[in-house]
Amino acid sequence: MTTQPIGQGMAPDFLLEIENLTVSFDGFKAVNDLSLYVDKNEIRVIIGPNGAGKTTVLDLICGRTKATSGSIRFKGQELTRLSENKIVLAGVGRKFQTPSIYDDLTVFENLEISYPRGRTVFGALTFRRDAQVIERIEEIAEMIFLSDRLHERGEFLSHGQKQWLEIGMLLIQDPELLMLDEPVAGMSVTERVKTAELLNRIIKDRSVLVIEHDMKFVEDIAHRVTVLHQGKVLSEGSMERVQNDPKVIEVYLGH
Amino acid sequence: MFEGYSLGDLASIFVMQGFAGLILFSVFVLMALGLAIIFGQMGVINMAHGEFMILGAYVTWMCSQIFQNYIPALFPIYFFVAMALAFVASGALGMLVEWALIRHLYKRPLDTLLATWGLSLILQQVYRSVFGPREVGVDLPSWMMGSLQLTDTIEVQINGLFVMSLTVVITVVVAFLMFRSGWGRQVRAVVQNRVMAGAVGIDTEKVDRLTFGIGCGIAGVAGSAFTMIGSTGPTAGQLYIVDTFLVVVFGGAQSLLGTILSAFTISQAQSTMEFFLSGSIAKVLTLLGVVGILMLRPQGLFVLKIRR
Amino acid sequence: MSVFSKERYGFLARSEILGLLALAALIVVVVPLSLDIFRLNLVGKYLTYAFVAIGLVLCWGFGGILSLGQGIFFGLGGYCMAMFLKLEASSVENTKIQSTPGIPDFMDWNQLTSLPWFWQPFKSLPLTLIAVVAVPAVFAFVIGTAMFKRRVGGVYFAIITQAVAAILTILIIGQQGFTGGINGITDLRTLLGWDIRTDHAKYVLYFVNAALLMGVLVLGYFVRASKLGRILVAMRDKEDRVRFSGYSVASFKTFVFCLAAALAAVGGAMFTLQVGFMSPSFVGIVPSIEMVIYTAVGGRLSLIGAVYGTLLVNAAKTALSESFPQLWLLGLGGLFIAVVLAFPNGLAGIWGAWIAPWFARLTKSGSHGSAVANGSPAE
Repeated sequence: MTTQPIGQGMAPDFLLEIENLTVSFDGFKAVNDLSLYVDKNEIRVIIGPNGAGKTTVLDLICGRTKATSGSIRFKGQELTRLSENKIVLAGVGRKFQTPSIYDDLTVFENLEISYPRGRTVFGALTFRRDAQVIERIEEIAEMIFLSDRLHERGEFLSHGQKQWLEIGMLLIQDPELLMLDEPVAGMSVTERVKTAELLNRIIKDRSVLVIEHDMKFVEDIAHRVTVLHQGKVLSEGSMERVQNDPKVIEVYLGH
Repeated sequence: MFEGYSLGDLASIFVMQGFAGLILFSVFVLMALGLAIIFGQMGVINMAHGEFMILGAYVTWMCSQIFQNYIPALFPIYFFVAMALAFVASGALGMLVEWALIRHLYKRPLDTLLATWGLSLILQQVYRSVFGPREVGVDLPSWMMGSLQLTDTIEVQINGLFVMSLTVVITVVVAFLMFRSGWGRQVRAVVQNRVMAGAVGIDTEKVDRLTFGIGCGIAGVAGSAFTMIGSTGPTAGQLYIVDTFLVVVFGGAQSLLGTILSAFTISQAQSTMEFFLSGSIAKVLTLLGVVGILMLRPQGLFVLKIRR
Repeated sequence: MSVFSKERYGFLARSEILGLLALAALIVVVVPLSLDIFRLNLVGKYLTYAFVAIGLVLCWGFGGILSLGQGIFFGLGGYCMAMFLKLEASSVENTKIQSTPGIPDFMDWNQLTSLPWFWQPFKSLPLTLIAVVAVPAVFAFVIGTAMFKRRVGGVYFAIITQAVAAILTILIIGQQGFTGGINGITDLRTLLGWDIRTDHAKYVLYFVNAALLMGVLVLGYFVRASKLGRILVAMRDKEDRVRFSGYSVASFKTFVFCLAAALAAVGGAMFTLQVGFMSPSFVGIVPSIEMVIYTAVGGRLSLIGAVYGTLLVNAAKTALSESFPQLWLLGLGGLFIAVVLAFPNGLAGIWGAWIAPWFARLTKSGSHGSAVANGSPAE
């Protein structure tokens, strides 16, 4: 594979390097020759109209969908050939668009499953719920506003609380790259404010890749914005630059 | 395994076994078509499908008795009447079952499997009580008996030819229903997006009931065909159910063409091997082959790559 | 403190300990005291199916993996045991009228002149005991790995396990020179010289079986209470989420499938010892799916319920098929439908929803009768 660092002058070692990534479903190229670079501790927001391939990009990074061609490197490690759980162990965490938590388990147990210890069959059998685990879970629960609901089953949480719980499950995993798919979608205004505050707190010291439609929210958190359109990068840069890009205005913001 | 046969013999054997395989293929296709509609389109595992088939077989048998005893003049055409009645009987029972049982379980596919298994036990016992535990066979009208001598060493039975033509006709009708009729469009709409289909005014409950009924009705017709090549007993249907499911799964649950091709592959493999090996080993090898391929290609042979 | 409180001792809740003690009292004290040896042996036979049912609770109830082929593993365990016993019964002395003395009678009838290679290990009891668990577990491992790695699940898995059960039955019946065919392996007599056909032996075997069953139950509770138990439930619920929390879902599924297979095999071996034969009629599709109904009746989420479900269904089967054989199939069919439609949590669900709260009110204790018996998997 011929890889030449694009973007002259930047540091050559990005945390995440996506190059010439293509995936086709039955001839339809959902992601088409896409290249994307994310720096360490960068917060990158991906926007784009429906069907632009945003969620597919996240699916490709976390291994849910296999690429047709191209490469995804994370800290120099090729991800396209790894299984999903290996990608997680490498340090990539993913939040799904619809809240994905375990309805039949309590909030505590939901968090415990994401605790990064005892992930093999034998490890899970012999896992002890020691003071360290409990302390960490309580700490996270505090952060995601669910301290008083630790022993309630997941199914009884509100939509917003489920979203927070899933974010908490990622936090306890402590990934170096955090991927969030529409974290504030479907939330009430107050929940949205709280979530923004929560996200602002947790995105420190890690790289974050966010898909979001809420422009206000994007403006608040993004370091850089990538606009996808029909599986390709349409524009990239600061929010201001992207907003003034005529191509973007035409396909997306101008609607 | 080919020692001792001349080339000419081998060719004849392959043709004859191929033909025997074609009859098996016909029954497989007819059973699998109904199952493929129910499983592929509705996601329901109908373990009682074999019993719906046997209902059709019993209806056919009853028709043959009635025609023979009361209207012998019309006996030569009884089979066509029987087929229609078999379709109606199995279809009606299917709709009743959908209403009483299946519709409560659409969100729990594994539970439909258990519930319809229970239904199959009940139906078997009912058949045993009503028709007796002994197997019954139908008499064929004279025009269906005998065989055609194609060459010195190759002959084919007329009833076999008839079953095959029947299969072709039914398959064409089903394909037409699925891909050309309004009902087929509604079924496919419901499969793809139940909520949306409901929202645009499709009566999804009615579509479900009709789909299940038609699937079962086709099984009834398969039962009619079945009477010509096997005898009908209370548990005859159960013998076929796993094979038929494998046919459907092997072909890729949502593909009609896949179902037909996979029925063809499986029946031909089994029937050809049966001549050279013992029947049980032929069956074991066929099933093992299918299971092995399914492990490599769980989505079946003929499925398009789609985004999950 | 209420009887139904959730106070825990190690990995067992207080109510679970009481449940285990009650069951132990029932099968170790009450049943042996109240039944003659013929009936007791029958109960012993039922209890061997309970091993399968407990395995299914772990695999299907918690893990969401419905296997319709547990008869495979029950049968493999039973056949391993039967092969050892058969070899012991086929000593040269006992078989001197055969044309080849020293091999099992059915081999002689089928013109075999020497013991097949795969029968050789079963001359040794330790190897046999290892094989009882290892053969089914390895078989399950092969099936499980192949399927779960490729994400075959749900109904596809169920149908494929069913097909494997069919294949194995056809194979056993077809290869009668090696397996005893449709009659199975019969005429088993002694275990290391100890006659297993006497009443005394039947008593002893019943208690060994009961003790093993209690041990298996405790093991089941341990697995359920471990983090692995919660991961199983999580997998059943949201498989992808588990995967993206860094777990290899296939390994966990394979593990629980192998565990269920090994438990079924222990049951099969105890079946052979107590009943004195093993045949393909316990391997195929029909027995396999009947074993699922034991679990469903007991409550698919309740380990202890599985034992009661097995006992109840089999007692009903024996009672009905003795007096009204034609009613049994109707009853069994009705049971399948009723359990699925009306009581998806089986006996344990009924206990948890009505009986336990009633007890709780009776003892005027804690405010809410916590439904422990329905094994709400969250616990």
